Amino acid sequence: MLTSQFLLLGAILFCIGVYGVIARKNAVLVLMSIELILNSVNINLLAFALRNGSADGHTFALYIIAVAAAEVGVGLAMVLLIYRNRRSIGLDELSELRG
Amino acid sequence: MILAASEILSPLRDGWFLQHAWLTPVIPTVGFVLIVLFGKRMPKKGSEIGVLSLLASLVLASGAAWQWIQRVGDAGEEQFVSPVVRTWTWWQSGGVEFTIGQHVDGLTVVVLFVVAFISTLVQVYSLEYLRGDRRYTHFFAALTLFSAGMLAMVVAEDMILFLLGWEIMGLCSFMLIGHWWEDGANSRAALKAFFTVRTGDVGLLVGISVLFFAANEWTTTHLGLSGFSIRGVSAWALSGEPNSTVILVAAIALFVAAIGKSGQFPLHTWLPDAMAGPTPVSSLLHSSTMVVAGVFLVARLYPVFFTGLDILGPSSNVIMVIAAITIVIAAALAFVQSDIKRVLAYSTVSQLGYMMLGLGAGAWLPAVFHIFTHAFFKACLFLCAGSVSHSASHHSFDMKEDMGGLRKHMPVTFAAWTVSTLALCGVFPFSGFFSKDEIIDNVGGNGYTFFMVVGLGGAFLTAAYMTRATYLTFFGAARGAAAGVHEVHDAHAGAHDVHDTHAGAHEADDAHAGPHESGILITAPIAILAVLAIFSGLFNATPFGESWEYMKKWVEPRAVVVASESHSGGPGEAFVVSVPSAESGHSESPCGKETPPEGVCYAPQVSHATFKWSKALISLAVVFAGIVLSWVLSAALYGRRDPRLVGLTQRNGLARAGYRLLANKYYLDDLYERGVVGSITGPLARGAYWFNQRILDGILHGVAGISRAVAQVVYRDIDQRLVDGAVNASADVTKAAGTTVQPIQSGRVGHYGALLFATAAVAALVFVILNT
Repeated sequence: MLTSQFLLLGAILFCIGVYGVIARKNAVLVLMSIELILNSVNINLLAFALRNGSADGHTFALYIIAVAAAEVGVGLAMVLLIYRNRRSIGLDELSELRG
Repeated sequence: MILAASEILSPLRDGWFLQHAWLTPVIPTVGFVLIVLFGKRMPKKGSEIGVLSLLASLVLASGAAWQWIQRVGDAGEEQFVSPVVRTWTWWQSGGVEFTIGQHVDGLTVVVLFVVAFISTLVQVYSLEYLRGDRRYTHFFAALTLFSAGMLAMVVAEDMILFLLGWEIMGLCSFMLIGHWWEDGANSRAALKAFFTVRTGDVGLLVGISVLFFAANEWTTTHLGLSGFSIRGVSAWALSGEPNSTVILVAAIALFVAAIGKSGQFPLHTWLPDAMAGPTPVSSLLHSSTMVVAGVFLVARLYPVFFTGLDILGPSSNVIMVIAAITIVIAAALAFVQSDIKRVLAYSTVSQLGYMMLGLGAGAWLPAVFHIFTHAFFKACLFLCAGSVSHSASHHSFDMKEDMGGLRKHMPVTFAAWTVSTLALCGVFPFSGFFSKDEIIDNVGGNGYTFFMVVGLGGAFLTAAYMTRATYLTFFGAARGAAAGVHEVHDAHAGAHDVHDTHAGAHEADDAHAGPHESGILITAPIAILAVLAIFSGLFNATPFGESWEYMKKWVEPRAVVVASESHSGGPGEAFVVSVPSAESGHSESPCGKETPPEGVCYAPQVSHATFKWSKALISLAVVFAGIVLSWVLSAALYGRRDPRLVGLTQRNGLARAGYRLLANKYYLDDLYERGVVGSITGPLARGAYWFNQRILDGILHGVAGISRAVAQVVYRDIDQRLVDGAVNASADVTKAAGTTVQPIQSGRVGHYGALLFATAAVAALVFVILNT
């Protein structure tokens, strides 16, 4: 079934994204991983939309793409500011919230 | 708003003016908005908009009247003349369509013409009378809306629009009566008028609702009309369907509204006080608008009253009883007034009583005819009184103090007053004779002999008090302001038209001229109305034979059975075509409280008394006796100061008691103010004070004492031990917990992400397990 293959692809992308978020120390790579997660969700939505023959899923996917674009914009701006202040974008060094 | 128009399919002619009769109220309404928005910037301060808009309405109303006459001509002698109805859907709610529209028939046309005609003349008169008034623009705005309200009520197709026009008039009368609100008496009079009429208005709401819920089903299935429709309700009332109790309740409720609006006993007390307004307002209010509305309501929904109150039945009904009381008590009150406008006000109340008496006794046409003639001569009388006060008595209305001997100074006003007085008294051949005598004649003809005698007695009293007023104003020696005494009458300032700027503007005029005739803008309307006061009676001159009974031919709805074709219109179906078709037959059976099954009736069958000179001579003799007797007494009392009559009310116990009863207006005002209002407000205030002192303060003191005692206990035991203990304990627990979970907060994003996803994964696992 085509749907299950789409879902499988979504799951794989999701796992890759999660791995990237957890394991990577570079902030830009973490942002990219988040994009992967979001896109895996998109694939899931579109897969179910195709299967049910409704337009709702497509609409949600479009919304998510728009929100993701905004999120990347904000995220890159933050990364840029962090780099300017610290001359580094290593996430391990940003541990000032430690309890 | 305009969704669909339903039309009457009819072979009768309906010209442009009949089709567009709904414009008559719309034009003054637009005029009102324009005056409010732009009036102050116009060269004539907005008055030109008012006059022009009502002139346009007059043209439309005249055209409609002309085309209605043609339409009646088309219908021949026996055929039912269907009204020209156009409706538009206003809004829909729960399957009920609320429509707005026009219903033009003979009654509509005649009242429409009278209202537009008199409104126009009164506006022209006001141009001069209120020149220089400080709220000139507002006055014309309110006056225009006032006429618009009456016109809307007259053309209304259903009770919703009827109610709207009715309430607009109530509001405008409040604004106009209180026009000079700086004087406390004027604003009190305005409030009194408003609240008294509102008391009656409750009846209108109740009546409309009862009719709707009772009639809606029948009218929808038989005629395709809603239960608000005047045609529908009329046909329903005559169909023999209605439950007698329901329709009785509806008729009584509607009659209560008519009592309030038309100043019938016991709610007549607001009408004389309404004299506080400017004279043009009194003239309009007392002739064609406002007070006629109540009579019009009864005439419009006549079938409801006919069936509900069993008109023409064996016993007398509530309308006749109330009307008879009103005729007599109001006429008696007119004798003790010294304010010329109050005499006329009580005269109006009494004449409205005649109209109601006619309606109650089944004399529909004479009553409507009396609306027609009364409007002309009563408007003329009020305008004459205004003219006298404007130009001769220095803004005073006191006949005893400031008038007398004015006939030489004011020839036009005097002539018009005399003509109108003779018309009001019912002297042949003036207009009042034809209408009033017809009412009395028909009341007797329908078998109500007692009420006919009351009507004759009222005619005697009317002739007597009007003669007294005429003598005091125009004959005898000049007194007070009329004699050129220019003093400020502080003692009766409440009865004056107190308006400083106006009085100031005319100070120069009055000072050198003394009493003089008014200007052309005042005398022209008076003269026109006086001519109509003479001749308007000829529109239904029963003494001259059948061929003179134009009013009967044109106005009276014909009581014939009309075949009805019902179209059930669902909520979505906007077109409702009902065909009270004219040519499809009528049967011989008259329309009464039981209508034959093959059709519907829109008007009940009433009989008309045949005119006999022997009966007319009796009433003429009564009127003549009243005039002569009153003239002799007035000349003796006010002219020669006859010692046998002067001060009689102080010397004779019986006369004193009678005078005091009348001077105090039968103590009705006292009853309302002390009895009704006082009994509510006084105990209410005392009760509230007692409640405040005893209950509220007691509770407060008690609560304060208790809470102080409780506070002691609370502080020592609960606050110190329990609450503080709990707070300290929770702080300790929090500290221990924080220390325990501190290592999780590593500050590293990767750890947080891992925790987040791990939790999400566990949660997903739990969901999967739970769902399978």
